[in-house]
Amino acid sequence: MQKIGKQTIKFDTPPTILETACIVGPKEANGPLAKFFDQCLDDEFWGESTWEKAESKIIKETVNTLISKSGISPAEIDYCFAGDLLNQCISSSFGLRDSNVPYFGIFGACSTFVEGLSLAAIFAEGFANNVLCATSSHFCSAEKQFRFPLELGNQRPPTAQWTVTGAGSAIVTKEGNGPFITYITPGKIVDMGIKDANSMGAAMAPAALDTLITHFKDTGRKPSYYDVIVTGDLGYIGKEILSDLAKQEGFDIKQNYDDCGVLIFDKEQQDTHSGGSGCACCGSVFSGYFFNQLRNKKIKNILLIATGALMNATSSQQGESIPGIAHAISIEL
Amino acid sequence: MQAKPLETKKQYQEYVNDKSPNSPILKNCINAFWVGGLICSIGQIVLNICNSRGFSSEISGTIVSIILIGISAFLTGLNIFNRIGKFAGAGSLIPITGFANSVVSPAMEYKSEGYVMGVGGKMFTVAGPVLVFGISTSILVGLIYLIFNTQAITLV
Amino acid sequence: MNFLQSIDWLGLLRCFVVGGLLCVIGQILIDKTKLTPARILVAYVTVGCILGGLGIYKYLVDFAGAGATVPLTGFGYNLSKGAIEAVKEDGIVGAFTGGIKASAGGIAAAVFFGYIASLVSKPKIKKQ
Repeated sequence: MQKIGKQTIKFDTPPTILETACIVGPKEANGPLAKFFDQCLDDEFWGESTWEKAESKIIKETVNTLISKSGISPAEIDYCFAGDLLNQCISSSFGLRDSNVPYFGIFGACSTFVEGLSLAAIFAEGFANNVLCATSSHFCSAEKQFRFPLELGNQRPPTAQWTVTGAGSAIVTKEGNGPFITYITPGKIVDMGIKDANSMGAAMAPAALDTLITHFKDTGRKPSYYDVIVTGDLGYIGKEILSDLAKQEGFDIKQNYDDCGVLIFDKEQQDTHSGGSGCACCGSVFSGYFFNQLRNKKIKNILLIATGALMNATSSQQGESIPGIAHAISIEL
Repeated sequence: MQAKPLETKKQYQEYVNDKSPNSPILKNCINAFWVGGLICSIGQIVLNICNSRGFSSEISGTIVSIILIGISAFLTGLNIFNRIGKFAGAGSLIPITGFANSVVSPAMEYKSEGYVMGVGGKMFTVAGPVLVFGISTSILVGLIYLIFNTQAITLV
Repeated sequence: MNFLQSIDWLGLLRCFVVGGLLCVIGQILIDKTKLTPARILVAYVTVGCILGGLGIYKYLVDFAGAGATVPLTGFGYNLSKGAIEAVKEDGIVGAFTGGIKASAGGIAAAVFFGYIASLVSKPKIKKQ
């Protein structure tokens, strides 16, 4: 493990992503990627009395599914990184409180999945054998915390994004047969002064651009090296901004670039405006769809850039702009 | 090719505004117009009926408010009002129905935090400012009237 | 048929158009300024209250009936009208009691129905 270039970490003995799992809510189950998810829920409560409890249950059951799929016993998991969007990361801590695994709660807004995956990879190359990372989000609990009550009859602007209900998780192991985590490029906080909380894609795109360019400069790779470059939840507008800005900087990513928030919903049928968002957006699309593609050798490598908007309800009421962050991780066979 | 949009925050904001699709304002306005007009017309019909039954105009106005608020609360409880609101926008927000919806929806939302601090405490998270500003302004109006003993328009 | 004939169709049309136009102004504010619903409601109540206090809004109410009283500007108008009338009768105390007294029915109904709705109903995800 060494630092190369400005901020990229290169793994000398790349750790393997052993297994992934994801559970999603009813709306995602009607989306185009439904068949790749491990479990789709029929309702957003999943038998619980509150959305917060439901979200905890989703992350808990996702981790249980992951452990049973991976075939290793819970006792063999050395550490766990988990986070979500709710205040003080209660979904993750409450969901995993009975798991008996040493636990690090992390917060990177919607970039949490790759943040967790990066830390897990660093631990795995260092001294741990199996490290778990998990993340969740829930449309209803996120709306309640960040926006308005569900029953309020307001209109969502075309730039708004739809928080994905679900959870994604992965186990990273020291030794394995791939897919390998070869590079990670942790991102800087970039704030271009966007204040509109309904325009997250635009707020996060500059951070994604910074990480993208830094990754290519640090590794010496070109955009064409990757079969797929995928961002977490920039949505339709952020996706267009990123590919436009990247081109202006001399990196043409149009050919192989996509966004999890764009992939997870059918924009016309599901009325999701600018696409999906939330921790589970990147988490479930990677765990469900892209990991499947890697494992079936449909793609050989992927650059996953999870994006996050580091704001809360108080900061936006106080008129603060929205700082963005993006972490990139290179996963190859 | 335009100048680099990431140079300053102002340039980026302009660039983003340019990239973001606008709300379908014409369609929204048409929907808001006829739904809003319809809600007011329902109020007018109720008002006429009350008047013809011999209620004073103050009482009739209050009856209209209570009936519209009741309907709005009922539809909110049936999970229907948010769909009307999504379709009509300001058409259902601006009439008293929108006020009722903004009281009822947080009450339902925060039920999970209990009836006292959840429902009771959070009921006015959206509509509270309406009462604060409305009542404060009305007190100012009353005090000004008390001092000048006239309404401004009659001065002209 | 008697009922249909008794309706003042022209008055209803005035009500429909004025009510509709007040909503269109709100819609333009929503789409153009990105104001949140709460801010728009506050703006409407305050403007209605001030116009009521100035004695201007009364003409709109005379013209459009419920088209002017049902939108939240009418709520504001009602508050200021109540305050002024109470000042005439009770002096300075009236400024404090009149507004709420005049709009008590609406506020109480909203609180009561809100509480009832929270007892019997649960919020659901927007299906569409």
